[in-house]
Amino acid sequence: MTQDIDTFRSETRAWLEANCPPEMRQPVRSEKDACWGGRNPDFQPGQKEWMDAMASRGWTVPDWPAAYGGGGLSPAETKVLREEMAAIKARNPLNSFGISMLGPALLKYGTEEQKLDYLPKIARGEIRWCQGYSEPNAGSDLASLATSAEDAGDHYVINGQKVWTSYADKADWIFCLVRTSKESKQGGISFVLFDMASEGVSTKPILLISGYSPFCETFFDNVKVPKSQRIHDENKGWDVAKYLLGHEREMISGMGLASTGGNPLIEGAIATVGLDHEGRLADPLLRATIAMFEVRARAFGAMSERFIDELKAGRAHPAQPSMMKYYGTELNKSRHELQMAAGGSDALEWESQASGGGREARAWLRTKANSIEGGTSEVQLNIIAKRILELPA
Amino acid sequence: MPLYLNDDQTALQDTIRDFVAEQAPVSHMRGLRDASEASGFSRDLWRSFAEMGFTGILIDEADGGLGLGHVEAGVVLEEIGRNLSPSPFLTTAVAAVEALKGSAHATRWFPGILSGETIAALAIDEGAKHRDTVTLSAERSGNGFKLSGKKQFVTHGHVADLLIVAARTAGSATDTEGVTLFAIPRDAANLTATPERLADASIAARLEFDGVEVDADAVIGDVDGGRTPLDRLLRAGRTGASAELLGVGGGAMDMTVGYLKERKQFGMLIGSFQALQHRAAHLYSEMEVARAAVLKAQQLLDTGSAHADEAVSVAKAMTALATTLSVQEGVQMHGGIGMTDEYDIGFYMKRARVLAEMFGDANFHADRIARAAGY
Repeated sequence: MTQDIDTFRSETRAWLEANCPPEMRQPVRSEKDACWGGRNPDFQPGQKEWMDAMASRGWTVPDWPAAYGGGGLSPAETKVLREEMAAIKARNPLNSFGISMLGPALLKYGTEEQKLDYLPKIARGEIRWCQGYSEPNAGSDLASLATSAEDAGDHYVINGQKVWTSYADKADWIFCLVRTSKESKQGGISFVLFDMASEGVSTKPILLISGYSPFCETFFDNVKVPKSQRIHDENKGWDVAKYLLGHEREMISGMGLASTGGNPLIEGAIATVGLDHEGRLADPLLRATIAMFEVRARAFGAMSERFIDELKAGRAHPAQPSMMKYYGTELNKSRHELQMAAGGSDALEWESQASGGGREARAWLRTKANSIEGGTSEVQLNIIAKRILELPA
Repeated sequence: MPLYLNDDQTALQDTIRDFVAEQAPVSHMRGLRDASEASGFSRDLWRSFAEMGFTGILIDEADGGLGLGHVEAGVVLEEIGRNLSPSPFLTTAVAAVEALKGSAHATRWFPGILSGETIAALAIDEGAKHRDTVTLSAERSGNGFKLSGKKQFVTHGHVADLLIVAARTAGSATDTEGVTLFAIPRDAANLTATPERLADASIAARLEFDGVEVDADAVIGDVDGGRTPLDRLLRAGRTGASAELLGVGGGAMDMTVGYLKERKQFGMLIGSFQALQHRAAHLYSEMEVARAAVLKAQQLLDTGSAHADEAVSVAKAMTALATTLSVQEGVQMHGGIGMTDEYDIGFYMKRARVLAEMFGDANFHADRIARAAGY
């Protein structure tokens, strides 16, 4: 076993070395540096080559079964692959809500036909997905959603509105929660997939405090969706939704981790504040605050490793993603607050070339959504209190 | 290697959890304190540890030990922490054993440590705060050395048979080189140990070396090369203290969450109040993250990784932060009875403060991390 894994490691190392383009070993500095694939991709140099190379081995989704486009790797092999990618500072070959959210739900609740249809396309980055969950009147109380799906024989007719739909204007397909019954709140929800190019779908980007519009309002006006595109039973969509939310929280918690390659916080502080004659940041209070933050950030790095290992072994508490989401997002907000403090007035420039068009300021503002999206920090704390600590209602 | 306990380690945890909870629950510590027990721990309990083989947990099987690693030592320490059991385990079976390992002293001292007869204490700190500096001087004298200076915060220092002493044989206080580590019997002439009871009822000695003469063979490793065994000692001690802190913080949290489920005010269980639920959930999160940091440090130490040292500092700092939160929230959420000596939660607060200070506090280790990262 040990020998097998050692062989796997050396082969993986050699393959990554040979196939990961140099551009893909640079730190991710902005949204554009992330590769999302899809029908209308916006590839930067090296992104397509890297995504395709990894997909050819199923390594965009290393632990999915090979039959669905995955790598069929064991948990131990998957961990080795991650470690070897980190060692060469390789970027994630494909950012995808299909991988991080929909895929796991399909693997658990999809029919064989649905899995064979959707999963390989997700693995190859051919379809970019968005998530239709929140509505204007269904935020933390998500199950009160009202977007209706009327039964029309072999298909549904969908009417309603979603909000905070990330990248809805760039997505090819949507996984969407709809109301198929008013009899029961949670028991009247179904989970459907459909093409964003369907007639009756429209999107309207929302201008955020960052000056960007990553989220949209999404409108459905008599959209026809074949029933074959419903995942799991009618009115059982809440089970799928909750399962998927667990994976979404995992994904968002990953934002608490330092980016691979370099540490922009420390580099930024050194650049603005400088080092004293003993090689310490010349602002001792900023240094202390950053150092104490780094303690938590590194400890959370270990927590992420532990969480993934426990999850793959089926040992994680089912509500543990809530802890990960809570801690990771609060940590990420702290990181960006510190990065702004370290950057000083340089980091306040909103449009200048030197600031990369206000990269830091906009990223800082973006992180404020981390503890809201995918369930607020307060919702996560409620879940931890009730499901893990079993405190009384 | 996955970052959770394997089956053998889990089995060990089951054994040690039952053993410590039965033999040395919090009432055991309270009894020793109330009796003003002069040694600060129970010899009988320590011999039971030896009979179970735990005193040799880090000693190689060839030398009669269990040949296990820091993960396993941490499993034991966490239960010691959870039960606030006074024990020389951390100083003797973990830190001292790591310092002596591979030296000529192993042959001399390991049999006594294995049998539970020998207690070791660590004479490292020279001021109120743990620092990297070493000033206690060891001058060449005849065939050996003459030691002069002071040490403090030497747990079990007044009853130990063996003292591990960091001394300066060359250079100045902050130099990395020029430190020599000594193994010295406590009954050496001109050595005075003054026991002081600490806030948590444990006993630590202030040591005065007034020209203590030792033979050259008292040196552990090489003269002027004491940093190597000292660093080994500190890595093991820091990691072990982190594991014990995890037990203290976890024990306090369990007690507090239990109390939230039984205490009623305004006609309801106080655990149903969201203000307290959120604080308890936040505390749980901090403790989980601390647990991961400790296991990571232990695994890296066991595999001899070059990254172990930084991971050890992360673990020590993080457990100090999380456990400090745990005991503070513990007393606050218990309300008035949390302030009484009769209730155990206050003991957790006191023990946490002692362990947070031991081998460097959170600030010390955050500073180390910063220096290693080049800022």
